[in-house]
Amino acid sequence: MSVRLNARNAFVAGVIANLALVPLYAAASGNTFVMSLFTRIVILAIAAVSLNLIMGFGGMVSFGHAAYLGIGGYAVGILAKEGMNSGLLQWPLAVAASGLFALTVGALSLRTRGVYFIMITLAFAQMIYYVAIGLDRYGGDDGMTIYKRSQFGPLIDLSNKTAFYYLCLALLLAAIYLVWRLVHSRFGMVIQGSRSNERRMQAIGFPTYRYKLLCFVFAGMLCGLAGALLANHTDFISPALMHWTRSGDLIVMAVLGGMGTVFGPVIGALALLVLEEALSGITEYWQIILGPLFLLVVLFARGGIDGLLAGINRG
Amino acid sequence: MLYLIEQCLNGIQLGMLLFLLAAGLTLIFGIMDLVNLAHGSLYMLGAYFAATFATVTDSFLAGIGLALLATLVAGMVLEVIAIRPLYGRDHLDHVLGTFGLLLFFNELVRLIWGPAGLTLSLPPEMLTAVQVLPGVYYPLYRLVIILVTLAVALLLYALVMRTRIGMLIRAGAWNREMAGALGVNIKLLYTLVFGLGAALAGFAGMMQAPLSFVQIGMGENILILAFVVIIIGGIGSIRGAFVAAIIVGIIDTIGRAFLPDLLRHFVSYSAGSSAGPALSSMLIYTLMAAVLVFRPEGLFPAAQR
Amino acid sequence: MADALLQIDGLSKRFGGVIASDAISLAVPKGQLHAVIGPNGAGKTTLIAQLAGEIAPDEGRIHFDGSDVTALTVDRRSRFGLARSFQITSLFLDFTALDNVALAVQAHAGHSFRFWRAARREEELCEPARAALARVGLAGRGDVIVSKLSHGEHRQLEIAMALATSPRMLLLDEPMAGMGPEESARMVKTLRELKGELTILLIEHDMEAVFALADRITVLVYGRIIASGPPEAIRANAEVREAYLGEQEVAHG
Repeated sequence: MSVRLNARNAFVAGVIANLALVPLYAAASGNTFVMSLFTRIVILAIAAVSLNLIMGFGGMVSFGHAAYLGIGGYAVGILAKEGMNSGLLQWPLAVAASGLFALTVGALSLRTRGVYFIMITLAFAQMIYYVAIGLDRYGGDDGMTIYKRSQFGPLIDLSNKTAFYYLCLALLLAAIYLVWRLVHSRFGMVIQGSRSNERRMQAIGFPTYRYKLLCFVFAGMLCGLAGALLANHTDFISPALMHWTRSGDLIVMAVLGGMGTVFGPVIGALALLVLEEALSGITEYWQIILGPLFLLVVLFARGGIDGLLAGINRG
Repeated sequence: MLYLIEQCLNGIQLGMLLFLLAAGLTLIFGIMDLVNLAHGSLYMLGAYFAATFATVTDSFLAGIGLALLATLVAGMVLEVIAIRPLYGRDHLDHVLGTFGLLLFFNELVRLIWGPAGLTLSLPPEMLTAVQVLPGVYYPLYRLVIILVTLAVALLLYALVMRTRIGMLIRAGAWNREMAGALGVNIKLLYTLVFGLGAALAGFAGMMQAPLSFVQIGMGENILILAFVVIIIGGIGSIRGAFVAAIIVGIIDTIGRAFLPDLLRHFVSYSAGSSAGPALSSMLIYTLMAAVLVFRPEGLFPAAQR
Repeated sequence: MADALLQIDGLSKRFGGVIASDAISLAVPKGQLHAVIGPNGAGKTTLIAQLAGEIAPDEGRIHFDGSDVTALTVDRRSRFGLARSFQITSLFLDFTALDNVALAVQAHAGHSFRFWRAARREEELCEPARAALARVGLAGRGDVIVSKLSHGEHRQLEIAMALATSPRMLLLDEPMAGMGPEESARMVKTLRELKGELTILLIEHDMEAVFALADRITVLVYGRIIASGPPEAIRANAEVREAYLGEQEVAHG
């Protein structure tokens, strides 16, 4: 798995370098909004990478992935409300809770495929959305402010925006690396094979269900971590975090960036959120442009931005 | 007891609306093999059209009539422009593409009608209650919804059971070559079917509008319920959609009405107040999960392709 | 038969009004190459599907190496030593030929809950994969993406994948489908080399190949066995000639 020097990899390296420089730029220009925007981008990129693991590589199109952002966020929020602010308690719990939900949903949903699978993951995510609305103690429909970010004692102060940003970036890079290794491992081969031709996978002797389920759980856990980060970033949690249109956003990021690679979703998150900012500067109704644009991408540039870049190498 | 009957009827009424949505979705899926996430947008458009036309013509019925026509046309135009390129692609592409349309419609509606939403008022004659059983009064309008939707359901049933096209749908033997051999213009058929689905969705939106509100995004939550109905009933089956819609409608309504009280009685007041609504929301999805475990093809699956 | 590796008893399957398999009983002893022939629609692919585990029979039992495998899932049968090739090519099109075969090796080389090491670098997987490719005549083609291979190479790859699972028995569904005379001859040579080490159930339309390879032939018509015996007996059987071989002559004549 050597990494070659070509247009695409240069682009990826450039993106990472620029992401690393954001806080310096923010400090120099005094533009704190940029820092906030890019923290959000990095966190959602983690979520998009987790989705792409099951969607791009596993062929499991989950329209309920935002549920894990919510579960992770609520784990942090609920514990914070109850006075348990230690990040060392909150974050593992966020990841574990997400993993558990993924295990349940996956166990039921992975018995189906195609359009059934999409609808079912959608429905389960909506279920947890309603559960969150019902949680009066934790804000219900209006949501709840988190007054104290996750505490890590002397290790790191999350209210320091720069430190928080670099933590998120480090976690993103770690996530990308881990997913990359996973995808090329034996486990990853089974997942990719199941996407390519599940019937054949079973014919050669793989009990595909258990591998897909585990992959689904991994993706849920990683997204739960992103949820914990997001809750800290916005100091606020609400059911809106897990509305299915949020799941749609994650899917858009993965598709726009390119589902075929690990880094694609990062490009997608960047592209979507930057596009959002840019377009909303022009018109309040920017989604009118985004909607059809997305349809066009689906019809004509299915490999996303990453696919286009790879095309430059081949062409 | 009265309350229970009233809630049952409400459940049936909700089920009827769900049926309208699910029927359109399942028809489009059964015939064109297309998953349409923008179906809820047509529900929303129907409601907006109705509210607008009713205000302009100062007549509830005229508003409904014009809105039906408008939604039908909108559906057909949408099919020709945006849906056609998606045929034949895999379901993920459908989901993604129609999701883009969903975003588009939400914004379009906001652009044209503003973010505040509209209201659609009932004509005064509809505002009475009718005695359905000795001592039991039920709002006339809700009754009208049930009866009208029942009529539509029967029409659809006749369509599926009595026509050649309906026969093919039922046999699950739908494919383009066969239909072409029967002398059917495929492109036109698809456009009409999509338009029909759109009209059904829009009609559901219009009917619902006086009861709640007309606002952006109103289609999304109910669309998911419609998906649950299809999963429980079986994809591609009108009959399954009908039965499942009633079941879902009743369970959801009764659950929301009684579960919090039940919990307050048996567990504790605070548990009932906080967990009640949450649990009752989960009922439907729990039912769906159960169906998936025991009968993954749905309760009344259409014949296999 | 005591030493039959594959024992099929009274296998029956109907689809609505159509009888796809009608009380099929068959025994394949170890080391035999048993060919199943019959006109189109005779139920040959349905038979393989039931043997492989994709379709559950309505009646009947299947015994493999003494154990009743009728209820086993597809993947478990494969792990039990029963490998299958597909009539309509079913490969991992976006992967290389080597990847395809390596996956087949991987399925039988311990568990795959390994998350770190790159699978493509594992010699434990690559070496047997390359060997299987060489066996079927695809030695230099390992690094080609499967979608770019020719049809004949696809058919060879199907066999390679079945071989890579270290099977005890092969279920081959028309391996020579769509092949020209040169490619077919090469496939016959490959299969002849395999004959000694593996038990094979072969479904084929290519009569030359069948008569060149088979130790025993069973003829299936409308889901029912109408004859079963050594090749000379089948060739001489009047009923078979009428039902099938005659049809073959018309088709080729």
